[in-house]
Amino acid sequence: MTATQARSAGASRDDALVTVTGLRVDAGPDRLVHPLDLTIRAGERVGLIGESGSGKTLTALSLIGLLPDELRHGGTVALRDSSDDLLNAPERELCGLRGRRISMVFQEPMTALNPLMQVGKQVSEVLTQHRTLPNRREVRERVLGLLESVRLPDPERLLRAYPHQLSGGQRQRIMLAMAFANDPDLLICDEPTTALDVTVQRQVLDLLDEAVRSRGTSLLFVSHDLAVVARTCDRVLVMQHGRVVESGSVTDVLTAPRHDYTKQLLAASRLEPTAGGARRGAGSPPETGSGAGAGAPTGSEGPAGTERPAGAAELSEAAEPLIRVSGLHRTHRSRRRTVHALKNVDLQVRAGDRIGIVGESGSGKTTLLKILAGLDRPTSGSVSVCGVDVARASKRSMRRLREQLQTVFQDPMGSLDPRMTVREIVEEPLIGHSGARSGRERRELTARSLESVGIPASAAERYPHQFSGGQRQRISIARALVTDPDVLVADEPVSALDVSVQAQVLALLNRLVDERGLTLLMVSHDLAVVRHLCDRIVVMRHGEVVEAGPAERVYGAPEDDYTRALLEATPSLDRVLAEKPSRGGTGDRPPQP
Amino acid sequence: MIRAVGGRVLRFVLTLFATSVLVFAFMRILPGDPAEVVLGTGATEEALERTRAEFGLDRPLAEQYWDWVSGIPVGDFGVSFITGEDISPVVLDRLAVSLILVVSAMALALLVAVPLGTWAAVRHRRADGIAISAATQFGIAVPNFLAGMLLVAVFALGLGWLPANSWMPPAYDPVQFVLHLILPVVALAAVQAAVMTRYVRTAMLDVMGEDWMRTARAKGLSTFQALRRHGLRNAALPVLTVSGIQLTTLVIGAVVIEQVFVIPGIGSELLTAVAGRDLLTVQSVVMLLALITLTVNFTVDLLYLVLDPRTAVQR
Repeated sequence: MTATQARSAGASRDDALVTVTGLRVDAGPDRLVHPLDLTIRAGERVGLIGESGSGKTLTALSLIGLLPDELRHGGTVALRDSSDDLLNAPERELCGLRGRRISMVFQEPMTALNPLMQVGKQVSEVLTQHRTLPNRREVRERVLGLLESVRLPDPERLLRAYPHQLSGGQRQRIMLAMAFANDPDLLICDEPTTALDVTVQRQVLDLLDEAVRSRGTSLLFVSHDLAVVARTCDRVLVMQHGRVVESGSVTDVLTAPRHDYTKQLLAASRLEPTAGGARRGAGSPPETGSGAGAGAPTGSEGPAGTERPAGAAELSEAAEPLIRVSGLHRTHRSRRRTVHALKNVDLQVRAGDRIGIVGESGSGKTTLLKILAGLDRPTSGSVSVCGVDVARASKRSMRRLREQLQTVFQDPMGSLDPRMTVREIVEEPLIGHSGARSGRERRELTARSLESVGIPASAAERYPHQFSGGQRQRISIARALVTDPDVLVADEPVSALDVSVQAQVLALLNRLVDERGLTLLMVSHDLAVVRHLCDRIVVMRHGEVVEAGPAERVYGAPEDDYTRALLEATPSLDRVLAEKPSRGGTGDRPPQP
Repeated sequence: MIRAVGGRVLRFVLTLFATSVLVFAFMRILPGDPAEVVLGTGATEEALERTRAEFGLDRPLAEQYWDWVSGIPVGDFGVSFITGEDISPVVLDRLAVSLILVVSAMALALLVAVPLGTWAAVRHRRADGIAISAATQFGIAVPNFLAGMLLVAVFALGLGWLPANSWMPPAYDPVQFVLHLILPVVALAAVQAAVMTRYVRTAMLDVMGEDWMRTARAKGLSTFQALRRHGLRNAALPVLTVSGIQLTTLVIGAVVIEQVFVIPGIGSELLTAVAGRDLLTVQSVVMLLALITLTVNFTVDLLYLVLDPRTAVQR
């Protein structure tokens, strides 16, 4: 209590908790962070925005003295009442501050906890390390209280749980409990919710908000997501290439950005629906639903394909849909339990459709794509793609199907063989295909495909690691398009990319789909991305389709509760900024405990 | 947990059974009639028949197999065709000698490798860390019999500090037992220590790059505390796997070292039996070596269950 009172008193004197002066970080001859000044006052919440490689994480790590050893640093970081120069403080002094006055929550909840130690022990360690409490009983009481304060269910049982038994959201709550254990003055969060589903992200952010405000903790919040920073912070710094290019109050910077880069980021984070939706969306009837059988969930618009409003005929002169899925089940059985990855999914896609499948992790969206691409087999139900019955197809007809349906995967780092040149990668789908082509023809097609995604053919002899993430995803797209397919399947094609790169790749996809008249099936957890590209939306949850229909309808007037929850949980910059002034008044003065 | 242990026990027993069948079958397939070995090539057909009957070699194979395998759990390997003596006392005695050698060598190797490997990992960018890495490279390149001969040349023949060879049973003279053990154990452990140091170093480096080590540091633990409380147990997992494999190769490596130091271990017993075409002894020794290997692997499996909660069946 006394600590909190002292801090409140500090806040009213308005002095700085952390003062960073001329901080710089070098790796050999390369400057990763250019001299940077930053002051964080008591109870202030500061956001640090930037893309990967902008130096934001290094800046955050400097404040807690955890920069990797191989990097050199300069400048000073002062922490009120403790140290004038954290950067050069002896390790022992730093150990006494970390976890006590300064805490940190990291990005990846899956790997941030020791897999071999019970989580209760991992939380209590931060108390015993600093000898905060006199005896074990009080430590245990405090840990239980902490777990309760981050709203974890059944704290008694959780004490003995191991990290692998918890979900990502639960693990991040454990990290928060750990961070708040000693009631720190400064909390540093490095992309704390980036790896979480939107609904979970919202819960964790609410929790963080509440904890920081009620305790008057100062916050340094690092993120690439403008909307998340806007809802959490009062003040924001924008970093690019290791420099702070703009700073100021959240409202000022994000409503009236002065620097070009900030403007660019803002534009990239506001994805508008493309022409695609308007072009054909109006007449296209929703033909997707779940559960033609009993117990159909709300939101399905009747049995698929039975009735079709007038006006649909003109869209698809070929009455037969390109993809027809009905009563699809996919079940994984193990000795202990049965997991229903897909439950009674119906879906019809006609040539030229742009379908977006949204849902959180574990909703079955990727399984559905895999089955469509012939990479997984249905347990029951029928799936026909381009006239091929995927469940019973021969090897040869599957091969032909793969020429017509190509896939772009999520991770451009992992999905390209690092030991193949770009030419070999892009050319590979052509080898062994039905129209056997000569080497020269293949090379020509490869070059053309690469040029169409904006990679010069002269770069074809280089290896994937020589390209950036965005370029690699372009190469993936070139590989998918080299066989001139009818259907393009994209599994989270931009989720691993920075926002500005995301916008470029989405624009490229949009152009290619348009030019080539492709049918697009895209899976994403990001509703804005899906809305940007697709004209029809399928919302999945727990292996079922809970809602399907034209994009405007699903986004404008969602019928299912879950769709509504998803839409509400998705951080929207405009919504946050609209609410901001009412919050801003109390922002600097934390409520007295 | 109980289910997981049960599954591993079942697998262990089944593998043992399959191994015994293989060993038995292999020995029967080999050309050469034991009776002929005993009596010499000039023996009459009747004499051969009589000897076969005496050894029970005229009975059906299944019966012979059962006769042999049912004795193993109680340590009865039968009677040697060549010497006419019980195999078990000799073989078990010699196995004990080899196990003392191998287990001490492994213990010594780990005793050196864990701190040295950790040190090399923590200081992997400094001169001393690099020097350790280089030294292990050299250690791996030296075969253990050569190490043994060099050790004898320096410490026994040159300095005269330690006996050059032979064996002293511990019950006889404990001090001499230890003195006789030092050189062969060091020779055997040197290569193992080099190999294990490299594995410990790699495991430690991997662990040091883990996110949860950074979390531990962020809680206020020093690098050393983080390594001790969080790092070691995690690094122990891969090292444990390798130790199991290395322990079995050590048993084989001991065969050579026993020759160099004239130690009456299981290795020299095996060589003698092979040279004397003592079928049943070879069969029993091979089975024992297989049993040791499988037991080591089984133990590693069980230790994994204890060390890593993720391997037990999830609740």
